[in-house]
Amino acid sequence: MITLDFTLQQGSFVLELHEQLNGGITALFGPSGSGKTTALDAIAGLRRPRVGRIAVGDHVLFDRSHGVDLPPHGRHVGYVPQDTALFPHMNVRRNVLYGRRAGQKLSLDVVVRMLEVGQLLDRRVPDLSGGERQRVALARALMSAPDLLLLDEPLAAVDVERRRRILPYLLRVRDVLGVPVIYVSHDRAEIDQLADRVVVLDEGRVVPHVRGA
Amino acid sequence: MSLVNVTLLTVTWAAAATALVLPAGLLIAWWLSRGRFRGRVLLETLVSLPLVMPPVATGLILLLLFAPRGVIGRALAPLGIDIVFTWKAVVMAMAVMGFPLLVRTARAGFEQVDRRYEQVASTLGASPLRVFLTVTLPLALPSVAAAAVLCFARAIGEFGATMMVAGSIPGSTRTLAVAIYSFAETGRDADAAALVVVSAVIAFAALALSNYITTRAGVRA
Repeated sequence: MITLDFTLQQGSFVLELHEQLNGGITALFGPSGSGKTTALDAIAGLRRPRVGRIAVGDHVLFDRSHGVDLPPHGRHVGYVPQDTALFPHMNVRRNVLYGRRAGQKLSLDVVVRMLEVGQLLDRRVPDLSGGERQRVALARALMSAPDLLLLDEPLAAVDVERRRRILPYLLRVRDVLGVPVIYVSHDRAEIDQLADRVVVLDEGRVVPHVRGA
Repeated sequence: MSLVNVTLLTVTWAAAATALVLPAGLLIAWWLSRGRFRGRVLLETLVSLPLVMPPVATGLILLLLFAPRGVIGRALAPLGIDIVFTWKAVVMAMAVMGFPLLVRTARAGFEQVDRRYEQVASTLGASPLRVFLTVTLPLALPSVAAAAVLCFARAIGEFGATMMVAGSIPGSTRTLAVAIYSFAETGRDADAAALVVVSAVIAFAALALSNYITTRAGVRA
């Protein structure tokens, strides 16, 4: 159970979420400027809500009334930003291993096989294609054994053909690893194909979702 | 004292001064580039002060602080630590005068590092120190290297503050710049000229190195 119950203010923009999620893939959908990325930043601990509570299972990440505000490195929330932000000064292998936690169950082998990044491990980041970057960034986030995975428009920079090839990887994250995913997108078709649940944002507020509209 | 000797001593002291201020300098540079905190403008101003104050005035302040009866000197004296008019004062003067260049150059480098990398590193479980050491510092390395080189070059040329706080004791506190002054004053023009050439070569090499590092980084990025 993931609790996203917070209000965040940024200048005149106010983002308000009052959602309980049950795992699986949740899509955050909405036009640009609706607060999707801001929501991910708040969950990851990169922006501080004004009030509210954020929790993943029993792990309380933020609770204003109890003075809890874990730093990003204590949240166990994997984050793949839209531009992937792969570390340009490390090769793929060092990127993927950067967040590996001691004593975690997930091995490099499993992640590498699942996302098919084996041949990329010794490559340099600037030499990767858009689709390869997405898979490597996903592998890097998974290797930190997150309790929750945040993906910001993971397919925005990828052409339609590649998109079709990456979608199955995302489904594997859900089905094989059972990691809940919050997935930001403004592509209806993509969401209908992937998401178990859709939260539609407009100007910082949740509005009712009409499937297939 | 030979010209080679004074050159070697000066280079050693300048390197020591650079090494001495590097950790604190990088930390403050990073802090200034990232933090929004109270007193930030004050800290910025204080750091840059030696750049614009007369070096002799900075030297006098150091002398008053570190003299055996100065605020800091009084605390150090019982420990048997003598600073003023020893080589330690030379290194201190060089460090203080090189500090602003170090901080300003490194800070510009840190400001160019995309914060997204640091944020992602922290979501991957890296502590702020680890983020700094494994992401920020490597990505800003060209600027950090250039900053250290500039600090070193400034230290080599240090004169005013050194004269005040360390004097001009041949073989003990006399630096390249101070030696040029005293040679010229005592009519040893050939020796003075030789040291001018030496310091010009060092300064040229340092600046060329600094420019090379930043240009090469620019090409790579």
